[in-house]
Amino acid sequence: MNIGNLIKISLRALNNNKMRAFLTMLGIIIGVASVITMLAIGQGSKKSIQSQISEMGSNMIMIQPGTGNMGGVRLSGESQQTLKLGDYYALRDKTQYISACSPTVNSSGQFIYQSNNYPCAITGVNSDYLDIRKLSIDEGTVFSKQQIEAAAKVCIVGKTVITNLFTNGEDPLGKVIRFNKIPFTIIGTLNEKGFNSMGMDQDNVVLAPYTTIQKRILAITYIQGIFASASSEANTNKAIAEAENILRTNHKLKPTDADDFNIRSQEEISKMLTSTTDILTILLACIAGISLLVGGIGIMNIMYVSVTERTREIGLRMSIGAKGRDILSQFLIEAILISFTGGIIGVIIGLGASFLIHAVFSWPISVQLYAVLMSFVVCTITGVFFGWYPAKKASELDPIEALRYE
Amino acid sequence: MNKSIIRLENIKRDFVVGDETVHALRGISFTINEGEFVSIMGSSGSGKSTMLNLLGCLDTPTDGEYFLDDVAVSSMNKNQRSTLRNKKIGFVFQSYNLLPKTTAEENVELPLMYNPAYSGKERRAKAIKALDDVGLSDRVNHKSNQMSGGQMQRVAIARALVNDPVLILADEATGNLDTRTAYEIMVLFQELHAKGRTIIFVTHNPELAAFTSRNIVLRDGKVIKDAPNRQIESAKKMLDMLPKQDD
Ligand SMILES: Nc1ncnc2c1ncn2[C@@H]1O[C@H](COP(=O)(O)OP(=O)(O)O)[C@@H](O)[C@H]1O
Ligand SMILES: [Mg+2]
Repeated sequence: MNIGNLIKISLRALNNNKMRAFLTMLGIIIGVASVITMLAIGQGSKKSIQSQISEMGSNMIMIQPGTGNMGGVRLSGESQQTLKLGDYYALRDKTQYISACSPTVNSSGQFIYQSNNYPCAITGVNSDYLDIRKLSIDEGTVFSKQQIEAAAKVCIVGKTVITNLFTNGEDPLGKVIRFNKIPFTIIGTLNEKGFNSMGMDQDNVVLAPYTTIQKRILAITYIQGIFASASSEANTNKAIAEAENILRTNHKLKPTDADDFNIRSQEEISKMLTSTTDILTILLACIAGISLLVGGIGIMNIMYVSVTERTREIGLRMSIGAKGRDILSQFLIEAILISFTGGIIGVIIGLGASFLIHAVFSWPISVQLYAVLMSFVVCTITGVFFGWYPAKKASELDPIEALRYE
Repeated sequence: MNKSIIRLENIKRDFVVGDETVHALRGISFTINEGEFVSIMGSSGSGKSTMLNLLGCLDTPTDGEYFLDDVAVSSMNKNQRSTLRNKKIGFVFQSYNLLPKTTAEENVELPLMYNPAYSGKERRAKAIKALDDVGLSDRVNHKSNQMSGGQMQRVAIARALVNDPVLILADEATGNLDTRTAYEIMVLFQELHAKGRTIIFVTHNPELAAFTSRNIVLRDGKVIKDAPNRQIESAKKMLDMLPKQDD
């Protein structure tokens, strides 16, 4: 018995019951399509987070006050006041591996320009901040040393803020906007950066000298964080160790004391974020996998019914010379053909759905070859696995009994 | 003399049902030669089907020896018997057993699908030839559900012929047909006999036995009569004598 004939026999049998074959396939189609789509979404967001982060600068280091416990529960860092300007000066002046460094202080409130108002946070930084965060000036300038020392009421604004405040298309440079009643003169605008992978608008920013925010808005002497750049990506870990040493000395911590600040590198943040998407991907794939399993059980169910229904056919085939293994192969091939064809259709629909999602919701997607190949392998295995039992049962029928079956 | 196709030596077949044993065949011996048209008669439960299943290598005897075309069947395993059936035997059943929604041609070529020696072209050619032999050359592409009972049985006979078997086995092959169609099928069997086919025809209808060349009668699993038929009637004549039905 050659395989070509067996496939022909199976195809004829399926052809006689197209509707049923299609309905059985539907389970597999939905299963595979959802696996492909879910993986595309999961992988897409992971990739976009990764590229986002490397765009942000892979040698960036973030320092926050408070005892950080990455991934665990911790107090809001900004409510703690352990970071002082002295820490910033020390990092700026006494380090070997830190090339740029900026304190940060934040305040949220309303910006007002003429009759427009717009809620947005204002971030107090120094001019290094732009380099560290890979921001760049579109028009105008960054704050000067003098402006920082004088706590000047000047600011640099992002595109989103501009469109919301300057609705008549005026040139924002040199205009005065009010933040919680304090007037700020716009001295620069930022180049557009778009949304980041978590859907945050990176153009929704207003930067001002940190001194201005500290003295004129928040009336505080501490700082809420420090952003720094390691001199190179390779030096990131050395820079972190260096910063930790300096801060511990500055804070007069005993060797047994825990850090009252926490330092994270871009790499760590990247890992943290991508591990979330990894978990998400696995979760999505599991749900999709379950639907594939249900599809497989559908195949088993239908094949089982089919074997019972076609008992006489099986008896006849045996009487004209089909061996047990021919019958087994026939039913197995039927199951595999159903699951494999379902797999192909599922992959096509899955790809279509992924691109549709990308087009409609502009979610990042990434279709990977391994996901497609894996779907085919899983489909074939599903066919063999769930087709096996009914096929085995068919092959073990007694021809005389089977021919007599009503 | 004629070559023997079938040789049975004291064949017994017991069925164990619960703790009872049914002796379906109780020691049967006979020889059937090439070209014979044998009817096997007997009342219901006399063991006709059991014997036919044994002759067709679908079953094995509890005791005794069976030689088909000089091959000892009793010692063969399942797969060997499958191959033997595929090459040497053609079955015709009471209920036709055609594949549903399948054309006559595809039904007929089915036995050849299980024989790797044939190509698709050869299969088709042989199937069409067999359909021609049973007078259905104009129904090659009709599906089984588009045919009458008589036509379906002809397709089934064509399927039994397609592999050039040494033996054709028919179990109540006319049982589901009306008298006229039954005679038509008998005409076909007589034609096949005339062409030298060896046919074993199981029936409980003594009238049909008159068309065969040898009559074997079973009762209670034993042969109670085995005699050549000196006066073979022509099924064709009987058919012509039937009142014409026109509607
Ligand atoms: N598979 C079986 N199991 C048990 N008893 C059987 C089986 N097949 C046939 N028999 C018994 O063997 C006897 C002969 O049956 P069968 O050959 O079918 O008779 P016939 O075809 O002449 O009507 C009957 O008594 C029947 O009940
Ligand atoms: Mg019977």
